Amino acid sequence: MSHAMTQTQNTRATAKDLVDRIGLHNLSLIIALAALLAIFGFIRSDVFFSTRNLLNIGMGVAILGVLAISQTTVIVSGGLDISVGSIVGLTTVATAMTIQGTESAGLGLVAGIALGAAAGLVNGLLITYGRINAVIVTLGTMAIFRGIAFILSDGQSISIFDNTFRWIGIGRVLGLPVPIWVLIIVAVAFWVFLHRSIPGRNLYAIGGNPVVARLSGMNLNAYRVSMYVLSGAVAGIAGILLAARTGSGQPISGSQGLELEAITAAFLGGCAMQGGKGTVIGALLGVAIIGVLNNGMILTAVPTFYQMLAKGTLLILAVLLAEYRLNRS
Amino acid sequence: MTNSGGGDLPPPVYREMTGIPVSNATSFLSVHGLTKSFGIVQALADVTLDIRPGEVLALVGENGAGKSTLMRLIEGVFPTDGGEIRIEGKPVTFPGPRSAHDAGIRVIHQEPEIVPHMTVGENIYIGHLPKRAGVLLDARQLSRQTAKLLADFGMERDLSPDQKCEGLGPAQRQMIEIMRAVHAGGRLVAFDEPTSSLTDEEARRLFAVIRRLRADGVAVVYISHRLPEIIELADRIAVLRDGRLIDVSPATGATEDSITRQMVGRDLSEMFPAKEPHGSRVILSVQGMTTDHVSDISLDLHAGEVLGIGGLMGAGRSELAKGLFGFHRRHAGRVTLDGVALPGGDTAAAIMAGMGFAPEDRKEEALLLMQSILDNAVICIPDKVTRGGLFSKTLAQGVIGDIASQLAIKAPSLDTPVGRLSGGNQQKVVLARWLARQPKVLILDEPTRGIDVGAKSEIYALIRNLTRAGLGLIVISSEMPELIGLSDRVIVMAGGRITAEYSAEEMSEDRILRAAMPQTAKPTLPAQEAATI
Repeated sequence: MSHAMTQTQNTRATAKDLVDRIGLHNLSLIIALAALLAIFGFIRSDVFFSTRNLLNIGMGVAILGVLAISQTTVIVSGGLDISVGSIVGLTTVATAMTIQGTESAGLGLVAGIALGAAAGLVNGLLITYGRINAVIVTLGTMAIFRGIAFILSDGQSISIFDNTFRWIGIGRVLGLPVPIWVLIIVAVAFWVFLHRSIPGRNLYAIGGNPVVARLSGMNLNAYRVSMYVLSGAVAGIAGILLAARTGSGQPISGSQGLELEAITAAFLGGCAMQGGKGTVIGALLGVAIIGVLNNGMILTAVPTFYQMLAKGTLLILAVLLAEYRLNRS
Repeated sequence: MTNSGGGDLPPPVYREMTGIPVSNATSFLSVHGLTKSFGIVQALADVTLDIRPGEVLALVGENGAGKSTLMRLIEGVFPTDGGEIRIEGKPVTFPGPRSAHDAGIRVIHQEPEIVPHMTVGENIYIGHLPKRAGVLLDARQLSRQTAKLLADFGMERDLSPDQKCEGLGPAQRQMIEIMRAVHAGGRLVAFDEPTSSLTDEEARRLFAVIRRLRADGVAVVYISHRLPEIIELADRIAVLRDGRLIDVSPATGATEDSITRQMVGRDLSEMFPAKEPHGSRVILSVQGMTTDHVSDISLDLHAGEVLGIGGLMGAGRSELAKGLFGFHRRHAGRVTLDGVALPGGDTAAAIMAGMGFAPEDRKEEALLLMQSILDNAVICIPDKVTRGGLFSKTLAQGVIGDIASQLAIKAPSLDTPVGRLSGGNQQKVVLARWLARQPKVLILDEPTRGIDVGAKSEIYALIRNLTRAGLGLIVISSEMPELIGLSDRVIVMAGGRITAEYSAEEMSEDRILRAAMPQTAKPTLPAQEAATI
């Protein structure tokens, strides 16, 4: 009998260890994800779990995923970047125009990432040295970058015929689409950065309590500007993925509303409004939930208008939950 | 029910209301074996005490000694765990503050609740406003009875019945609260740190009002950290320590020393390690430092020396520390640490050169409360906890584990969030952060604020150990015994400037106080403010 008891205790201890390691919050996200999978899998049992549909979901979340991860980093450091959707649009246009003009896929890549980083630098300088609230700055530049994309493209879609470049969007490696590989690489890089490197760990201090961070010798301005540059550059990568998948540079189609989904995923993933909290794993789980929800709503023929309603509600719910968690702890 | 308060009442109205004969030595309220716990913390243990009409009973004790808990029980905020409260000998239970209020118990809180856009009269008589025709406010009557009450307390020049309460200072707000408490039958009035936001002159007038209450037969409970004013004002002094009543005795003959000894539970001299001589090597040199907050600061700190900084709140002591540490920009002056010139506005340079700084406000300026002990402790030593550029928890645990056990940080593990630790253990985490950095100069701003006595003496011993290792320490403290007990030398600040410097032989509370007074100060009682420094 005592043997049985030790065993139960052991099982209990291991279970508790497991919960500790995964984190209670991530565990609840996994449960929510499983519930969504079960619901949609049940309603559309004919197609939902087909390889094709699962890859569809993966492709759908690849772009959103990289944005959600960099958004998480910005929010951890105490900021917010709502211009990322516009930067994605702008970089698709810039990449398409560069490839059209130079016939070089490489230059297209460089142009997209560099322009994204430059856009982020504008955000970072205005927020840090202009001392303007991050929401206001990126709300303004959200319109500005979108405007520039329209001006550059004259409102037209710019086609890309370069096959090397298109491979990024539609090619496969080891059976997985390239965009999913890009997401994996970005996720691993950010995980190491945020959780294992000193600058990344310092972001939690900067977002959690800027005074403590300064009194611990951190240069807040440098960190903050860098975060927005990084966020812009990652938006550039997302722009390249989008341009390569659609074979075109478009000022608005495909990139509109990405900021909403990225921010929703970040808060679902455990970020706090006032910074200092958030993880890469959490962001990925948030992205997965949004991806499954988007896909499931399409498969179950939920009208587009109601899909928008659902996305907005999800963001507000995610922040509500985040605030509730914070107040309880 | 309003008091009729017309012009025909020579004796004070509240005396008529209460009808208590002055100088009756039997108790108004008494507690017997009162006990209260919060979780595992025994906040109050077996306290028996009587509170008499026409008497000022002072309640003293360190933070966490149980003063506030005792008041909250009497006030009916918390239920008791054990023991009894009696009013005039009859056991009572207060299910809530309302029933204690009905029994005549009033507490004057540090932040009086005043409705800003109502008049002084309305605020005092709120809930008891004189009416006409059953519903209308009798403004003339209100004005008249308020004027009477104000005159009674000698406040007629400070407050007028019909002025709005917006913009009133803390002293005036407090007076309104007191008058509100007594006009409608307050029989026990308790004051919780009433002088903390008052000027000397305002405090004097408050004492006059309190003596007046006493003369009218009100039982007064007076909670304060300021021992001189307690000795001046109280009839009896009750000392609490760790939730227990240590002593109740007449105030006559009590001295600050005797009270402190009872509060702390040992002789003060035992709290502080013996001072030791230090060498003459200057480790930190400051010449003419001026920031937005301090002016023309010059000082030398020697290796192995404890330099104390005294002064009143707002004198610029913390700002001096932040100026040295590079948190504030400098307009002028040179700061040199062991030969290295420190630029202004650059905390990283100060840390690199070997300076550490534990700020006064641990929760707002030192600690990330949601993060673990380990994360908080390693924040300034990135080089020691990385392998190949990446953070290694094993390395971090190695470095911090030793220091944490040396400091005897009490926590389930190094992964415990610091927000869950006690004040003393939180301070030890801050100290661990700097010890891990092995600084040459350490600035401690109010290192023992809100910390229990045991942890205090541990920190004092640590400070002395650090000087033996050749560190230079700057200790900012508002507690006189601590400042004098720890420092090899003291400088005093007022108005952002250094006003005096005393060696260990020269320093005394009296001298430090005098130097701490703002230069334009009125010629009033230095002793009065002693405990605030």
